[in-house]
This record gives sequence, structure tokens and C-alpha cells, in this order.
Amino acid sequence: MEHVVQHSDPHYDPEASKLGMWLFIFTELLLFGGLFIVYSIYRFLNPEAFQMAAHELNITIGAINTIILLVSSMTIAMSTSSLQQKNKGLTVLLLEITIMLALIFLINKYFEWGVKFEHGIWPGSQHLINDMGQGEILFFGLYFVMTGLHALHIVIGMIIIIVALRRVQKGTTHADRPSLLENAGLYWHLVDLIWIFLFPLFYLIH
Amino acid sequence: MEKEKHHIVPYKIYFYILIALITFTFMSIGITKVNLHEYSVLGAMIFATLKSILVLTWFMHLKFDQPFLRFMVGFVFLVFLAVIFITFLDYYYR
Amino acid sequence: MQTVTQIPHDVSYLDYKGKYKGIFSWIFSTDHKRISLLYLYSMLTMFTVGVLLGLAMKLELIAPGKTIMDPQTYNAVFTVHGVIMIFMIVIPGLPAVFGNFMLPIMIGAKDVAFPKVNLLSWYFYVLGAILVISSVLFGNGTPDTGWTFYAPYSFKTGTNLLPAIFGAFILGFSSILTGLNFIVTIHRMRAPGMTWMKMPLFPWSLYGTAWIQLLATPVIGITLVLVALERIFGIGVFDPTLGGDPVLYQHLFWIYSHPAVYVMILPAMGAISEIIPTFSQKHIFGYRAIIASTLAIAFVGYFVWGHHMFTSGMSGTAQYTFSILTFLVAIPSAIKVFNWISTMHKASINPEIPFLWAVTFIFVFMIGGLSGLVLGALATDVYVHDTAFVVAHFHFIVFGGVGFSFFGAIHYWFPKMFGRMYDKVWAKVGWAFFTIGFLTLYSPMFYLGMLGMPRRYYDYLPEFHAANILSSLGSWVMTFGLLIVVINLFRSVKIGAIAEINPWNGKTLEWTVPSPPPVENFEEIPVYGEKDGPYEY
Repeated sequence: MEHVVQHSDPHYDPEASKLGMWLFIFTELLLFGGLFIVYSIYRFLNPEAFQMAAHELNITIGAINTIILLVSSMTIAMSTSSLQQKNKGLTVLLLEITIMLALIFLINKYFEWGVKFEHGIWPGSQHLINDMGQGEILFFGLYFVMTGLHALHIVIGMIIIIVALRRVQKGTTHADRPSLLENAGLYWHLVDLIWIFLFPLFYLIH
Repeated sequence: MEKEKHHIVPYKIYFYILIALITFTFMSIGITKVNLHEYSVLGAMIFATLKSILVLTWFMHLKFDQPFLRFMVGFVFLVFLAVIFITFLDYYYR
Repeated sequence: MQTVTQIPHDVSYLDYKGKYKGIFSWIFSTDHKRISLLYLYSMLTMFTVGVLLGLAMKLELIAPGKTIMDPQTYNAVFTVHGVIMIFMIVIPGLPAVFGNFMLPIMIGAKDVAFPKVNLLSWYFYVLGAILVISSVLFGNGTPDTGWTFYAPYSFKTGTNLLPAIFGAFILGFSSILTGLNFIVTIHRMRAPGMTWMKMPLFPWSLYGTAWIQLLATPVIGITLVLVALERIFGIGVFDPTLGGDPVLYQHLFWIYSHPAVYVMILPAMGAISEIIPTFSQKHIFGYRAIIASTLAIAFVGYFVWGHHMFTSGMSGTAQYTFSILTFLVAIPSAIKVFNWISTMHKASINPEIPFLWAVTFIFVFMIGGLSGLVLGALATDVYVHDTAFVVAHFHFIVFGGVGFSFFGAIHYWFPKMFGRMYDKVWAKVGWAFFTIGFLTLYSPMFYLGMLGMPRRYYDYLPEFHAANILSSLGSWVMTFGLLIVVINLFRSVKIGAIAEINPWNGKTLEWTVPSPPPVENFEEIPVYGEKDGPYEY
């Protein structure tokens, strides 16, 4: 049987905000989903070119970034547990670690993109258009769009986590009102989830 | 409100999940080093799927959530797969 | 003021004095009813622009050759007409206005789940609208791609396309947030005892719609981003000279834009499912079948996008798959029509004005739907593709479907929303002119399309002249009817007779609250008993 409760004021319903966050995550998944469709079609049409182009990418950096994100996912998941155990100090610490890891991910990404730029590879660059085949152009076009959009989500996720961190410090997000932190966590896991698929699709083509 | 048993997951479980995730990551790197030709994508995607299931069930707490939420997540993934499948009906047979 | 102010229950939402004064009491209001009216008025503004553009096109087509505008202007006019009407009127149309107003009341809630997000989505709507309009006013030339933004032309055209694309993107965001809000509201805030199978059909249709908004809109979002990136950087994904495939753009575009048709029509069907039982004073026939067909349309409608692309060079396998799936959608649509007709069967019908709109809806929807089968069948589609036949078909569905339902809904809920009753005689006169004009405007296009008159041209061969004159005449009659309807409603907001709580003897919850409703709708949340239901006459 359904039990539904009306909250008059303050309108606080943790289940509702969790459901809302999940629905938002679905839209994010479909947003990247569109890109995955494009990727899979073009990889199907240009299998060799994608393989050649993937050699430009450094598996080690990709793997390091994967592990960084996985660890950060764990720390933010732990922070929700520690919030419920009313361990404010540990929650704050875990969130700070998460933000630091996100920053390291972005720095890695910055250097990774920088190397591409040094090699003359960026969307619409002369080197790409004149010296490379169409499959490579598509590969790098998608590489920049997908990792770029993912990086944008990292930045958004960091902002959300920083807001959650502030609220935890101020005490407005606590064991009885954990929604903001839990939703920040969900969003961060989404970012992780997308990377889990981006990594093999771009780095592991051999 | 239903007695929302807010399940507190012990830290060590999260740690075990992380270890599993990292192991899967290395396994997916390993499997693509082996020359499996067209199956190497499949291998990598299987590991990615396993990883995403772990993240969804444990990190994202689906295991402790109401069943309809799990149903919704599955539904969304199925819709997406169906869209890809139908799009490929064009490209595969063109 | 940090103290929680007690919200009075004898003051209507229109008279309530909150923290802010004047216009700010509206644009900062998180009351779902005020947001609904914000949407209503902003949509009316955009609708006026869209109608004027439509009239201009019909005037251009009244005679062959140049009448009032050159070809480039005509291209710009049909583009802006399409973008405004699709993204700003019919997609948000019923959900944003009547969904916002009625959904919480019909399920016995005080507001939607996230009132602030609700207001935010209206801001996105306005921002998107401003961006689209700015593409007209600034830059070198109004967009001329058609509302579909087809690649590769959309990144080759020199016109000012980027603002329009970003506008459409942001309008999509607004749509997503509305859908998200509705799903959570329906899941979490139904009145005690109102199980899923006791929920009225309009909320049910909004639920199906919201899922499409949620799952389809992001795809167009990313597609438009890709087009923008293609224009700015030349990433190559849709550019055939760089290896991209323009047909893939069409896939992605229609993965959203076909389900968007169901975003338009499902709430329209939902409103009809409310109006018909009320004026038949009878339990709706096949309540469960209507719910099942709503969900089936929403689901199957997600997988039929390819029928817009039968002539784009898809593989044969894809073509007949899409054709079969398209025919499947016709089944649940027909189920609904049968249920409405069966509800009216042997009922003591009260032919008030909302009922007239609803019946005309069924009529035009059937013409539109059946002509859709002509387009869904591969052989005939190749013949009429990109002709005036298509234009007639989708105006019957999109404008006929959504328009008639919208006007039915506003005449149905007007007394509740404004606490006043409109002049019923003028309402009928307006309806008559609108209907006659509508049929005169669009029916000739079926004929013209069969003869082979292509769409999107400012000119045509002399043998198409007579039918085009008829069609242009129809556009004036329809606009005249539209004016009567709108002016009548506007006047009634101020001077109409005071409306009763339940003028139509409806059984859904919105007819139990005062007209206009107080700020938080219910003094006490209603409880649904074992025997209660939305249509127990």
C-alpha cells in the first residue's frame, strides 16, 4: 500500500528529493547517451581509423584518472555514512579529499589535452584536417566533446560538493537532513559512471 | 512516511567495492592487450558494465532503495539500448 | 521576517498578498497557480507572434510568385514560426499551463514537489524565448533552416543560428524540469487513499508525458550542442566533408522530436479524457484502457522516429521496422477514441462549450491520425513526402490536437482558474469561426500535397492557385474566431459573472476547492475512501 505524507511547512521530503535527483541523473545519462550513439555509429563505420587514432591517447594517464575518480567516489560515499554516524569532522575531511581528487583529475586532463594541442590536434586544426583521415577527425572530435563535457560535469559536481561541504560545516546538512549531501553523492557517482564507459571506449582500443 | 530505515553502509564495504572496481579496471586493460580482434570491445564493455553495476548498487545505494527506483534505472538503460539497437538497424544494413 | 506566516485559506491565490508587491508578487511567486498563469500569458505573447507569422505565410501563398516577401524572408518566416510554435507553444502548452495549475489540485496536494524549480523552469522558458527572438533581431539574418535545423545546412548557413539553437536548448531544459517536477509530485504527493488506479486521467497523461520529456529532451540538447560546436569549431560529426554523416543528425533530431509529438498530444488527450466524462455525466469508459494506452503511446512513440526519414537514404531494414512500429502507435490512439465515444454513448450529454471543443478535437484528431497512416506507410510516404500533405497532417495533429484541446481545457477550467464565467454565446461563436476556418485552412493542403505541391516554397505552379486561395481565406476566418475566443476570455477575467465552485458538476478534486482556489489549495488534505474515484457519477 502506498503511504504518502504531506509536509506542509517546511516542505521537506527526502524521498522526493532523492527521486528528483535520480530523474535528473536519467536526463544526464541520456545526454551522454546521445554522444554514445554518435560514437558507436562512427566507430562501426571507421574501425581501423579509430584504432589508429587511439594510439595517440596514453593508457597510463587514463587508468590513473579512472582510479582517481573511483577513489573519489568511494570517499564521497563514505562521507554519507559518516554524516549519518554524526561524525562531522570525518564528513568534512572526506568531502575535502573528494574535491582534491576531482581537482587532480582536472589537472591531469589539462595536461592530457595540452599534449594533444602540442601535437597540433584540436577540433578543426589544420594538422587534423590536412594530414589525417576522416575517421581520425571524427575520433578526436568525439574525444574532445565527450571528455570536455565530462570535465564540465566534474566542475559542476565540484561546485555541488563544495556547497554540500559548506552546509555540513554550518550544520544545516546533518544526520536528519542529509538530502543535499546524498544528492551531491549521487551526482558525483554519475560522473564516475560515465567515465567508466568513456575510459574503455577511448583509451582501450587495440 | 514509511519507516525509512536509513541504512548506514559500513566503510569497509565501500572499500571492498573500490578494490573490486580497480581490479575490474586492470582486467579490462588486460583483456584489450590480448589480441581478441572484434571481441576486445565486447570484453572491455563487459567489465565496464560490471563496474557500473557495482557503482549503481553500492555507491548509489540502489540496493537499499525502494524497488521501483531499481526498476526505473533498469528501464532507462533498456530504453537507451533499444534506441541504439534501432539506430543500428539503419547503419548495419545500409 | 523569519516567522512562519500562517497562510490564510479564505484568500484566493489571485488576491493573496505575499512578501512581494505588484509584478514581483508574480515573477517571484512559487505558487503553482501563479506560475501557470505566468506561462499562460507568456505563451499567449509568443502565440500571437507565431500566428502573425503564419498569417504572413498564407498571405504570401495567396498568389503565385512574390506577393509580400522574397524567398529568403519566407524561409526565415517559416523557421521562426516553427521554432516558436513547436518549442514555445505546443510542447510546453498543456503541461506548463494546465498541468501546473491542475495537477497538484487534482491529486490533492498543496503544490508541486519542488516549487522553486517550477519557477526556475519558467525563467528558463523566458530566457529561451528571448534568445530565439534575439536571433531574429540581431546578427546577419534570421535563421532559415526550418525548425528542424537539419545538418549540414544548419552549420553552413550564414544566418544568425546560434542564439536560436541555444534558445531551443534552454527551452528543452525548462521542459525537463517541468517533467521532473511532475513525476516526483505524482509519486510522492497524491492524497491519502488516492492509489495509482484512482488518479484522474489528466495527471496520468502528464505522468506519461513527463517521462518522455525526461528521456527524450536530453538527446536533442546534445544534438544542438553538437551543431553549435560544428559551427564554431568544425568538429566534423555531421559534416560529410570531414567524415560525418548528416543522416545521423536526422536520427538524433527525431529521437527527440518524434517523442516530442507525444509530449504535445498526450496531455491534450488527457484534458479531453477529463472533459468528456464531465459533460456526459458518466463514468469514463475503459479507465484502465486509457491509462494503458497513454503509457503505450509514450513507450512505443519513443521508437518510431525514423518515419520522418523514409526518403533520407536509410537502410531498407530500418525503413520497414520504423513503418511497422509507426502503425503500432495507431492502436493505442484508436483505443482512446473508442473510449471517448463509448463514454458518450447513451449519456445525457450537456453540450457546453468545452464539450464542443472536445468533440471537434476528436474529429480533427481522427483526420490527422488517419492521414498519418498515409505517411507511415512506406510506399505512399515516398509520394507525398515534403509536400503540403505533410504540412496539413501535422497541423491537424499538432495544431488541431493541441489547439482544440487547449481551448477546450481553458473553457473547462476557466471558471476555476479565474473564479469568473465567460460569455457562453460569444464562446460558441468563436468556436464556430475557428473550426470552420481551421478546416478551410488546412484541408486544401491535403489536396495540394496529393497534387505534388512541395512545402517550404514561397511560390507554386499556377494550377495550385485555387486551393491556395481557399486556404488563405481559411486562415483569416480562423484568426477571426481566435480573436473572438481570446477577447471573450480576456473580458471575462474582469467582468464575467462570478463562477460557482462546481459549474459543470465535475467529480475530480479541483471542483471541491473554491473558485479561484486559495493559496495552498486545500484547507485540509482530502482523503480518498475505498469507494471514491475520479469519475463516480
